[in-house]
Amino acid sequence: MKMPKHDVAVVGIGQTKFRSKRRDVNIPEMVYEAVKMALDDAQLEPKEIDAIIIGNMDHFEGINFSELFCGIEGAPGYLKPVVKVATGGTTGSSLAICGYHNVASGIYNKVLVVGWEKLKEGGATTGIITAFDPVWERPSLAGALGPLALMAGMYSAKYGITAEQAAKVTVKNRSNAANNPFAHLQMPNITIDYVMSSQMISYPLRLHDVCPQSEGACALIYANEEETKKITDNPAWFHAVETTHYYTFGTDEAMFDLPTATLASKKAYKKAGIKNPVKDLDVAEIYEPTSWSELSWTEALGFCKPGEGGKLLDEGITLMSGEFPVNPSGGVLSTNPIGATALVRVAEAAIQVMGRGEKRQVPDVEKALAMGFGGSLWTEILILGKEPLR
Amino acid sequence: MDKVGIVGCTQTKYEADKIDQTYSELVFEVVKKLHNELGITNDDIGCVITSSNDFNDGRTIANMAIQDAVGSVRKAESRVSGDGAFAYIYGAMRILSESFDTVMVVSHCKCSEVNQYLVNNSIFDPYYQRHLGLDQISSAGLMANMYMNKYGVTEEQAAMIVVKNRRNALNNPYAHLQERITIKDVINSKIMAYPLKELDFPPFSDGAVAMLLAKEDIAKRMTDTPVWLKGYGNCTDAYYLGHRNMTDLVGLELAAKQAYKMASITDPIKEIDVCEVSENFSTHELMIYEALGLCAPGEGGKFIEGGETEMNGSIPVNPSGGVLSSNPIMANGLIRVAEIALQLKGKADKRQVPNAKTGLAYGMNGICSQGNCVLIFGGE
Repeated sequence: MKMPKHDVAVVGIGQTKFRSKRRDVNIPEMVYEAVKMALDDAQLEPKEIDAIIIGNMDHFEGINFSELFCGIEGAPGYLKPVVKVATGGTTGSSLAICGYHNVASGIYNKVLVVGWEKLKEGGATTGIITAFDPVWERPSLAGALGPLALMAGMYSAKYGITAEQAAKVTVKNRSNAANNPFAHLQMPNITIDYVMSSQMISYPLRLHDVCPQSEGACALIYANEEETKKITDNPAWFHAVETTHYYTFGTDEAMFDLPTATLASKKAYKKAGIKNPVKDLDVAEIYEPTSWSELSWTEALGFCKPGEGGKLLDEGITLMSGEFPVNPSGGVLSTNPIGATALVRVAEAAIQVMGRGEKRQVPDVEKALAMGFGGSLWTEILILGKEPLR
Repeated sequence: MDKVGIVGCTQTKYEADKIDQTYSELVFEVVKKLHNELGITNDDIGCVITSSNDFNDGRTIANMAIQDAVGSVRKAESRVSGDGAFAYIYGAMRILSESFDTVMVVSHCKCSEVNQYLVNNSIFDPYYQRHLGLDQISSAGLMANMYMNKYGVTEEQAAMIVVKNRRNALNNPYAHLQERITIKDVINSKIMAYPLKELDFPPFSDGAVAMLLAKEDIAKRMTDTPVWLKGYGNCTDAYYLGHRNMTDLVGLELAAKQAYKMASITDPIKEIDVCEVSENFSTHELMIYEALGLCAPGEGGKFIEGGETEMNGSIPVNPSGGVLSSNPIMANGLIRVAEIALQLKGKADKRQVPNAKTGLAYGMNGICSQGNCVLIFGGE
């Protein structure tokens, strides 16, 4: 099997408290909060960082080259390499993977990756609509909600998944979020009835089947083997990073499942030596934009057979108390700062591996999976472990 | 450092308004051409790195629209939001990390579909500077004025850059503006932002560029003339123009120093045979000479007068005609890399610099050289 040139580890983590509005800070100030936390966590000075990888969707805040603004004003990018990676919903995982290659290639020893979104200063849906083809898609199937509703409808029709099973995902994730001090929507007492009686947004999606829009930033510091030893005795090592993309038009294939998640996770499992994900992994932080999608994604990732996502949750396997907790942080249904959302998955997976999850910690985590979802049904998978792979 | 080789590269003709092609069709044109030229199929490509900008494409997640065109269906693609030179180095990193054997790097820009002044105005911070109306033209005027004032560089010296690059473009079949112009034409053209005139600036172009990178053994198997990455430097200058030294390109100077160090170059003018640089206005190229160490600070004007950077000089700069002749903005850096690859392969036809062995490509992000990527390549 091919091994990377260098092993790469997460050695510092920072995230802001995610809220719907951060009126108290401007964009660079908000970015700085997460960056400072990550630097303090790794006990590094800004000058010790070799390069900065940034993730943000520039249309959403209306700032072109936002990395050249916030990489200098909100992060220590002055006279350093600053590069932006932007791939929509997967932005956070794409930049996490870009940071990995920056270090694994031997070009840099320590890099800072930072993603953010400050949506009240722009408009996410306005931005997302322009992602779709102006002639074929924009009049009918633009934005995030339309395609996600279509997917949920096709998924439930194919496998007989009920709205009640979907509502259980929201109940699980938002009550998990109550244990996560950074989470946006913390609802310890949320009920299935509450979710199922909320406003219909786009059939079958109700208000509480859908993720919120959050403001906030997340920053991670990566290092190679040698630097990691100097920084911490409790890093989280990358075992696999995989990306799988899809047709320009998502509707070119049936949308009841997520083939890219199946392909990307299979490749990642092979690299990381994982045969049975539910047994060999200890926890997963997945990118579920809607309650229905978590059920469907758990199938695509091989946590259960196709059509059994509802059963998996009914049996309590993915609950905090279950055999294989999914989204102890509360997931995307609780917190969704778009440019950072998938990076938060990686951060939370690293937190679990490091055993620093406090009230949301899953006991004895050796390996964790993080997932990014976005674009035209793209998936990115990262697997982290307590020990380096080799 | 392990070796990463450029196997082949393809470009579209750069034009003002390719109204008959969408940007994904532009991308498909260069990808298909690359497949045909190298005799490969989509299965020979490990993954794809693209470079584009959502503002320039008028589309969020602009790379979503080119998944079919780059063949990344059920395959890995990632997008550097910015200049193509930065996408090149990300592609090279994916080979150096030993994750992929081959990487295709693609960049496109269709300037004709968007108002470039608004796009560039959006680079300025939304709180204090954007409503002043700053864009790439007005900020270039500020920089040129300060630079020319400090070092006594003349408008004639600046115009010589435009004359040289547009003349070089006559030899480049892909170039957008191919014309013989005089210093007088430049100086008499309409004033845009004092002291810069219309002809001191590039046109806006539509076009795309693609290249295939491979690790050493595969590159050698696929081509007799692989082009190897020898040096890389990357450095970002301050964001606010008022925080910068506007008379010298500090970020580029540091990026060049890093790249020279990695490539073990101590005397660039002797050791480099050809340069392709992203010059966004006439005096910018003079400042680039200085930052790259081809001449002393403030000597850029005298340097162009000496003719060293002409096609028959000791270090030709922009044999392709540079950005002043073809300007599909986000693709500029990757075009520089592609043109250097052609030079080192000895396949640059009429624009070939004889015996070119070592070449430098410079790509830039943002306003007035804020983000700088310097790449050194070797042909042996």
